[in-house]
Amino acid sequence: MDEPLNLVLFSGTDDKLQAAAVLTAGAAALGKPVNIFLQYWALDAFTRAKIGRDHGLAPEAGDEGRKAVDALGKAVQATWAETMRQAKDLGEVDIQACSLSMDLLDIEAEALDPLVDGVEGVTAFYLNAGDGQIVFI
Amino acid sequence: MDTVTIDVRVDARGLNCPMPIVKTAQAIKAMASGQALEVVATDPGSVKDFEAWSKSTGNALVEHTSDGAVFRFVLRKK
Repeated sequence: MDEPLNLVLFSGTDDKLQAAAVLTAGAAALGKPVNIFLQYWALDAFTRAKIGRDHGLAPEAGDEGRKAVDALGKAVQATWAETMRQAKDLGEVDIQACSLSMDLLDIEAEALDPLVDGVEGVTAFYLNAGDGQIVFI
Repeated sequence: MDTVTIDVRVDARGLNCPMPIVKTAQAIKAMASGQALEVVATDPGSVKDFEAWSKSTGNALVEHTSDGAVFRFVLRKK
């Protein structure tokens, strides 16, 4: 369990971020380190101004999917940000913003939610990933 | 039948995956070696999750019962 799980988060919709948060929390509970690299729309969703907002769902969800996700949210499911926070409290979870995406979206480091640990480039991400799997969401 | 003295209890009923395991891992972290934790959960996936988590972390799953709707797990911290 020593190899880290490495997640590249690209999509900024709530369903994909929720799925990523579940994978992160599960790995953290097993004592597996998790490296998260935030790009594009996922990075945008991790800004202070937007983290608490409704980020919509992936197009394949459709109306039925929207209903199912709303029902789950109302019942028990914590938001993805809350699940990420719990995962960070529990284990070794490092969340880094992609520096290129920061430039592209014109986001300053101060604008990022405190869940984000820092800003790095893709080389640093690969280096930290070691021999662990890389998953793109 | 053996009865285990429970030191810590976690109620994870109504919580979805992966929260029962997250709450379990949080509770175990704060416990002393040898203490027993009882978890009750309703997530059907938790059965396999607890077996896998126990195997992977080395905290023994000493009891595992179910009445069909609620699953009860007793773990001993290694």
